[in-house]
Amino acid sequence: MDFRLKDRTLGYAGKAVLENLSLHIETGQKVSLLGRSGAGKSTLLKALYAQSQNRAALIPQDTALVQTLSVFHNVYMARLHIHPTWYTLRNLIWPARAEIQAMTPLLQRLGLEHKLRTAVGELSGGQRQRVAVGRALYQDREVLLGDEPVSAVDERQARDVLALICERHDTLILAMHDVELALAFSDRIIGLADGRIVLDEAAANLRSADLKFLYQGEHAASQSEAADAQASPPDPIALESY
Amino acid sequence: MHAQTVVARLSPVPTSLVFVALAIVCALFADLQISASDPWADLGRFGWGLLTPDFLHSQNLLSAVLYTVAFGVLGTVVGAVAGFGLALIFRFRIVRLGAAFIRAIHELFWALIFLQVFGLTPLTGMLAIAVPYAGIFAKVYSEILEESDAAPVRALGKDARPISVFLYARLPDAWATMKSYTYYRFECGLRSSAVLGFVGLPTLGFFLESAFSQGYYSQAAAYLILLYLLIATLRVWLPAKLTVPAALLCAFALPSGTGASWESVQRFFSHDIVPAPLRDGIDLGSLAQFGDWLWMLSVNQVWPGLVNTVLITQIALVTTGITTLILFPLISRKFFGWLGVGSGHVLLVILRSTPEYILAYILLQIWGPSMLPAVVALTLHNGAIIGFLIGRTAERLPVREDAPRGLNLYGYEILPRVYGQYLAFLFYRWEIIMRETAVLGILGVHTLGFFVDSAIAEIRIDRALFLLLVTAALNMAIDATSRRLRARMQLKHRPDC
Repeated sequence: MDFRLKDRTLGYAGKAVLENLSLHIETGQKVSLLGRSGAGKSTLLKALYAQSQNRAALIPQDTALVQTLSVFHNVYMARLHIHPTWYTLRNLIWPARAEIQAMTPLLQRLGLEHKLRTAVGELSGGQRQRVAVGRALYQDREVLLGDEPVSAVDERQARDVLALICERHDTLILAMHDVELALAFSDRIIGLADGRIVLDEAAANLRSADLKFLYQGEHAASQSEAADAQASPPDPIALESY
Repeated sequence: MHAQTVVARLSPVPTSLVFVALAIVCALFADLQISASDPWADLGRFGWGLLTPDFLHSQNLLSAVLYTVAFGVLGTVVGAVAGFGLALIFRFRIVRLGAAFIRAIHELFWALIFLQVFGLTPLTGMLAIAVPYAGIFAKVYSEILEESDAAPVRALGKDARPISVFLYARLPDAWATMKSYTYYRFECGLRSSAVLGFVGLPTLGFFLESAFSQGYYSQAAAYLILLYLLIATLRVWLPAKLTVPAALLCAFALPSGTGASWESVQRFFSHDIVPAPLRDGIDLGSLAQFGDWLWMLSVNQVWPGLVNTVLITQIALVTTGITTLILFPLISRKFFGWLGVGSGHVLLVILRSTPEYILAYILLQIWGPSMLPAVVALTLHNGAIIGFLIGRTAERLPVREDAPRGLNLYGYEILPRVYGQYLAFLFYRWEIIMRETAVLGILGVHTLGFFVDSAIAEIRIDRALFLLLVTAALNMAIDATSRRLRARMQLKHRPDC
């Protein structure tokens, strides 16, 4: 499917992050979004996902997995919309053999086949991220949208996972943290900075040195972000049960 | 080096299933029938009464409200001050045990005891709330202080005076949480105060019971609705800043006579509470009689009371859990629209504002004597409380853009995330459910409270005291079990995201 944005201003909580944005992404393109944190990659992905009308699968940045459920359940969530509710609730309590078998090849490719019944909360960060990728791939949608889908996975596995993603999806839009990986696995690079698109080129025409300018001042930015993310005061909610 | 014992973590779901199985076994032995000949007609008449509350012909409305507020506010403030004092010395085992003991005995039981000592006086009403609340405040305050940030304490020199360290480095971090918890307890204080009417103090419960027992349902409804209004508008008529001045005002406004002569206090401690066979001195003969006394009391009262209390507690714990799972989505926009969530909130507020004691009383009158009214009352009240807390958590949980909806959202995304917190709350309330179960005996269900109440009616205070000690022991045992289970399951009050 095609994605079209015309003169759109995107943001959250009343704050504009990207202004007067126009963008056209065609079917079959593998696009990487680059830019330092806060440049608006996630905002753009969310807008594209909102436009996709159930034709795209999403890998959110914070993985959004359910820690207390097993790997099977977290990946199986991808297909909840296909089955009747009684059947999905039955699989929540007692996974059907057929469902496990159907999922096994994918889990093997992700190196998770032995963790099928392990609660996600007990996995490492890299393993969790692969579960999140698995959940998105298992949806079998036309398009895959991913927000830094391999940021916590080591270099070699990251290449395997991206290869798998490319194999399963012709149309990809991924926010990427790693310039080399972006150049290796996509055919179009979109660079974001200062609330707008500052670069839109075929990956074949670019080398990693050409993209350095996107990340100038990164250090200062991430520091102020850390200050924003300071923990909120503890919640007295628990006490009210007494 | 000593070996560290590693205790295996208990899985929450199998543990829940064990409790469900236990409850089913308990239900086989419990009397859960409706014995009234026409229960629904009575229920309908009371429902009609609720729709047509009669504020004009209900007597003593104003004085009932004033006494309810006075006992509730004064009892809570005195309990909070005493509890704060106890929290400061909570590291001593004897203090922890003492606090556990005084909160293990329900405020209605305390009222029954103080009635013997001080008679039908304001002091009785105030102490009946203040004493158990002091035990609860001590525990919760010490937990809050423990959880407060310890870093500032470490940053101070070792030679700083302990009191200064406490005031500067410990208390400020905990203060806001302590304040908001204390303020929340005023709501509980009002409920407790209203219920004290059932043992004769002139609060809302007293007039509600007398109107209800005569079949004046519209008048009974008026008292009940007044209680709801009092609780719902608490933040308006009792702002947090005014709680202490209000308590002082209550202390001066209440008639001060204790109604108790020094002799009656003395007699209570030196005669009334001494087991009857031992009152004329201790020798071999009286000790043998004391043995018989203990045996008869255990077989005829303690044992059946204990069994019935445990049966109802275990059933109500599980039905509360199930009800919570049904109720909590009602107040979340993730599951229902504005209208649905609005009515869900109204339902939960009404259920948790109705003291389980009053709910049980009404259901007993309507359905006739059995364990069912007690189970249903405990279930609705506690289910609404935990349902409100879990629903609020569920509402705040971030959910990914592509999350499923409806039952799939419930089963796959929300329930697994809140389950740990849900179980923690449920086990937290286990002890509270047991304490209430025991006290519901006063209404005629044959739990421990039934035998306590009968013994006091026969002016056999020695027996009542022994039964109360057993009740407290059971409660402390459940408290300890619950704490261990929560630790073994590593349950936190925060949701797993």
